[in-house]
Amino acid sequence: MIHVGLTHFLFISSILFSLGIFGIVTRRNAVMVLMGIELMLNAANINFIAFARYGNFGLQGQIMALFVIVVAAAEAAIALAIVLNIYKIFSTVNVDEIDTLKD
Amino acid sequence: MSIYDIIFYLFAAITLISAFFVVTIRNIVYSAFFLLFTFFGVAGIYVILGADFVAMVQLIIYVGGIVILMLFGVMLTNKITSVAIKTGTSQIVPAAIGVGMFAGILTATLVNSHWRKVDTAPLLPTTQSLGLMLISEYGIIFELLGIILLIALIGAASLARK
Repeated sequence: MIHVGLTHFLFISSILFSLGIFGIVTRRNAVMVLMGIELMLNAANINFIAFARYGNFGLQGQIMALFVIVVAAAEAAIALAIVLNIYKIFSTVNVDEIDTLKD
Repeated sequence: MSIYDIIFYLFAAITLISAFFVVTIRNIVYSAFFLLFTFFGVAGIYVILGADFVAMVQLIIYVGGIVILMLFGVMLTNKITSVAIKTGTSQIVPAAIGVGMFAGILTATLVNSHWRKVDTAPLLPTTQSLGLMLISEYGIIFELLGIILLIALIGAASLARK
């Protein structure tokens, strides 16, 4: 078995990113869509930190990963507040039933 | 196969298997708990990559904060006692085909590219250097992130309480 290197981490992050996309496009619940987005952000973070270790960037990749984590926390809070409002108005959080803008 | 490799494969398996369950399992509460294991595995991968501070931030914010927030979102928007908590899925087969092709292309591109790698430095504690960078060259971005968090706090509270 070959030694663990940069490509292993890139493989993990690409699979995680694809699973996040799969969750976003297939699940109907809005909270599940948020979970898919979090998976994709984590995949991007793995890439940042992998290149911080194996690339010639010093610690800048880790700083970017910290920024991404902060923005993800803000995004999760705002998105859940929006989801709560949608539930109050439509009594459902299925993203394919909330199509008022289409009419 | 060194102990480093074994730990890497362990955390990679935790991450990918639980991420697979997150997007496929029917019960949304189980999905949220598998999401917790996914974030834990990602934190382990950060540790393997030598990012100890980021791994602790990941544990505190994601595992301690965002998953709890997701669980509250699930509990406030679904009737726990009803069967509707098993959320529906739509168009699994075309999505699986499309995402499979995307994953194949992405993985092939990333793995076959010739990245300019440097020799890996020995693993050192990163907390002090990260803190120094945050208050020196990334100081303005650090302050802006504080403002973003404040705005998100006020916005989320005012959105959720009407």
